[in-house]
Amino acid sequence: MADAPAALGAPLIRREGLEKVTGRARYAVEHRLPGSAHAWPVTARVASGRVLRVDASAALAAPGVLAVLTHENAPRLAEPDDPTLAVLQDAHVPHRGWVVALVVAETLEAAREGAGAVDVEYLAEDHDVLLTPDRPDAYVPEKANGGHPGLREHGDPDGAFASAPVRVDTAYRVPPLHNHPMEPHASTARWTDDGRLEAYCSSQGTTKVRQTLATMFGLPEESVTVRAEHVGGGFGSKGTPRPDVVLASMAALHTGRPVALALPRRDLPQLVGHRAPTLHRVRLGADSDGRIRSLVHEVTTHTSRVREFVEQAAVPGRTMYTSPHSRTVHRVARLDVATPSWMRAPGETPGMYALESAMDELAEALGMDPVELRVVNDCRTEPDTGKPFSSRHLVECLREGARRFGWAERDPRPGARRAGQVLTGTGVASATYPVLVSPSTASARALPDGTFVVRTNATDIGTGARTVLGQVAAEALGAAGDRVRMEIGDSDLPSAPLAGGSSGTASWGWAVHEACTRLARRLAVHRGPLPQDGLEEHADTAGTADAESDHARHAFGAHFAEVGVDTVTGEVRVNRLLGVYAAGRILNPRTARSQFVGGMVMGLGMALTEGSTVDPAFGDFAERDLAAYHVPVNADVLSVEAHWIEEDDPHLNPVGGKGIGEIGIVGTAAAVGNAFHHAVGVRMRELPLTPDRVLDALARRSPERGRA
Amino acid sequence: MGPASRTTLTVNGREHTLTVDNRRVLLDLLREDLDLIGAKKGCDHGQCGACTVLVDGRRVNSCLLLAVTLDGSEVTTVEGLAGPDGEPHPLQRAFLERDAFQCGYCTPGQLCSAVGALAEAAAGHPSAVTGPGVRAGDPVPLGASEIRERMSGNLCRCGAYPRIVEAVEDVIP
Ligand code: FES
Ligand code: FES
Repeated sequence: MADAPAALGAPLIRREGLEKVTGRARYAVEHRLPGSAHAWPVTARVASGRVLRVDASAALAAPGVLAVLTHENAPRLAEPDDPTLAVLQDAHVPHRGWVVALVVAETLEAAREGAGAVDVEYLAEDHDVLLTPDRPDAYVPEKANGGHPGLREHGDPDGAFASAPVRVDTAYRVPPLHNHPMEPHASTARWTDDGRLEAYCSSQGTTKVRQTLATMFGLPEESVTVRAEHVGGGFGSKGTPRPDVVLASMAALHTGRPVALALPRRDLPQLVGHRAPTLHRVRLGADSDGRIRSLVHEVTTHTSRVREFVEQAAVPGRTMYTSPHSRTVHRVARLDVATPSWMRAPGETPGMYALESAMDELAEALGMDPVELRVVNDCRTEPDTGKPFSSRHLVECLREGARRFGWAERDPRPGARRAGQVLTGTGVASATYPVLVSPSTASARALPDGTFVVRTNATDIGTGARTVLGQVAAEALGAAGDRVRMEIGDSDLPSAPLAGGSSGTASWGWAVHEACTRLARRLAVHRGPLPQDGLEEHADTAGTADAESDHARHAFGAHFAEVGVDTVTGEVRVNRLLGVYAAGRILNPRTARSQFVGGMVMGLGMALTEGSTVDPAFGDFAERDLAAYHVPVNADVLSVEAHWIEEDDPHLNPVGGKGIGEIGIVGTAAAVGNAFHHAVGVRMRELPLTPDRVLDALARRSPERGRA
Repeated sequence: MGPASRTTLTVNGREHTLTVDNRRVLLDLLREDLDLIGAKKGCDHGQCGACTVLVDGRRVNSCLLLAVTLDGSEVTTVEGLAGPDGEPHPLQRAFLERDAFQCGYCTPGQLCSAVGALAEAAAGHPSAVTGPGVRAGDPVPLGASEIRERMSGNLCRCGAYPRIVEAVEDVIP
């Protein structure tokens, strides 16, 4: 009774799509709990120091204000794993924008007015927020994000570089970047009469939120429920619990009312993590046939005084290309800045911008086609671990992309395509993202009416998880998709890992597949009608999903970009972006395409418009709202195409996908930067390529390349 | 409550008379007083378009309009786009079909904005990319670049823009 439209690989429409287009889908602060109050945060005006005194009297006198929580009266909480969540617990101010008070009121307007009326006196201390490549206090961390060693070295990278016939030694800068999901970080919390804590939280994974709240509020986990039925994007910034859910829970406890808190947009950069700035030095030494002998990628980045988070931007060099001699190292400086965290493909995104830009420079130095240079340096085993790749189709992606893009017609000379004041160029970059997978649980139940209920605490942050898991379940059950109800987004469901690291579908899908396969087997031998409440099977992939693999498992891709550079205004337009990916089995082409394209659009933003600045005087970000921090708009995005190569990789998981949520962003900015160089003949090594910088760069062009 | 005013609004064809805090913006009235949560709050500052609704047929950022200034207005939100029989608006169908969204948070604003943009083009409003061949006041033909330009007040962090343009193109008469 296999049902073709439900099967894996079918381009199904999102299960919750109709709710989203009709406005019925409820997000975290849209659950109307009787008696709800609203909260508004007050954030620190100094970059380092202490709160001396909070005068809440004016705020409390404002009509509708119910309470002002400060470090003096807020509930005492147990220490969380993540110290960024220890809000209102002491007078210490570790960075500007740290929450120092929370106003709770009957209405949003009253809460906001109250927040404006809270008077905070600080003892300000000197702060230090500027990252430079040569800070003496920068250290090599033992581990960078993802558990990657801070330093890896093979052979004699310096000697091999010095003796290489062709060398590139170059530096790049990626500024801080902000996730800015369209739904701000938001939570509604309430305490029930019997002492349970219930929250609706805009999160990428509520299993972790529940654990954290249980720890902090001293409750057994069964006494906490956290729901995230619909989540308005996250891109990593909702991968861990954020202060909103802790603050809302504290406020609800303090006032005895349900409390809704959506963090104001301007507070997000300081409170929900950011992509840390990365300063890169890349050295590539190659033989004259292009084969890399030595690869050195050194990254300097910042973290906060609250928590060490190290953007693992030197990591891609451990995987991408043949490199018998290599050093990949991170250095981090602890500054009085907000705590960085995950933003879409942490590590790979800024790391591949630098590495793939350097590859373009190496191709130029060799006089070699940049696609061919990457092909020449393809490898069958992972350079760092020596493990064979479970599958690696980088070359196929490059070739297929080149064919679709029309790369063969490219005139390699930079600055050769001019039409009026616009110079046009094309560029290429590779992409990679590791295959991550975590243990998950799931249950599948067959009901007497012939339908099924499949439950797992997956989260759909816009990826289409609900839809794809329904497909996984339907296929394993041999049932039509519309007979399978998916229940996700609730911590009372079988526990599951977060939607992050492009690992969700693989992790949840594995457990769903296993539970449904068991159920199907049981049904096959079951005689007679099903019992009233049906038959249920569980799965727990602990021990299998997280088993060490003897293969290096990564997705690969190739990005091609065409840009037009207006030599008068300095405006850069990306005329075409084309990506080809090899990411295992594609389970739903309709939603998969949206993920790839979405990643590429974010990469386009990184290349052209997105950039934040740590303000040396105030210590926080200068670009804090959407008027100052420019995410791409519709008019910035012309043609974006995503294609893929079907990969049948037996070393992954039962559903066969490698994860697709992040790889789309990874090489995009490098491809755009390389296309810019091809267009105008000047290399820009700092993002984003804004008109002011472009005009400066054009003014630096050597005169024989023509007028600017 | 502080200073407030009695205000009458017709929302999705239904008349509501409410005593409204003078500080309340239309967005919060829709969401908090009428539970029309289809209108989304992305920034509260007129910078993202998630709160776009139609007031007297024209698209507005509802986070920027004080509700009490709109007494007597007709408001249409995403909940009011469907036909009287509940049949989704062709644009809603096109968004589904084209997968013109991911997280869905910008989507109600995109939909209302697109309805408004189509009406503006039909009424002869030019945009920054309208060519000189179009006579002032004549309906502006909408191609991809017109749609991109006119839809650029609605941010989508999920990057669904190419699909949004296709979905709007699908319903152009
Ligand atoms: S919420 Fe109104 S424009 Fe962003
Ligand atoms: S669909 Fe997520 S912001 Fe547009």
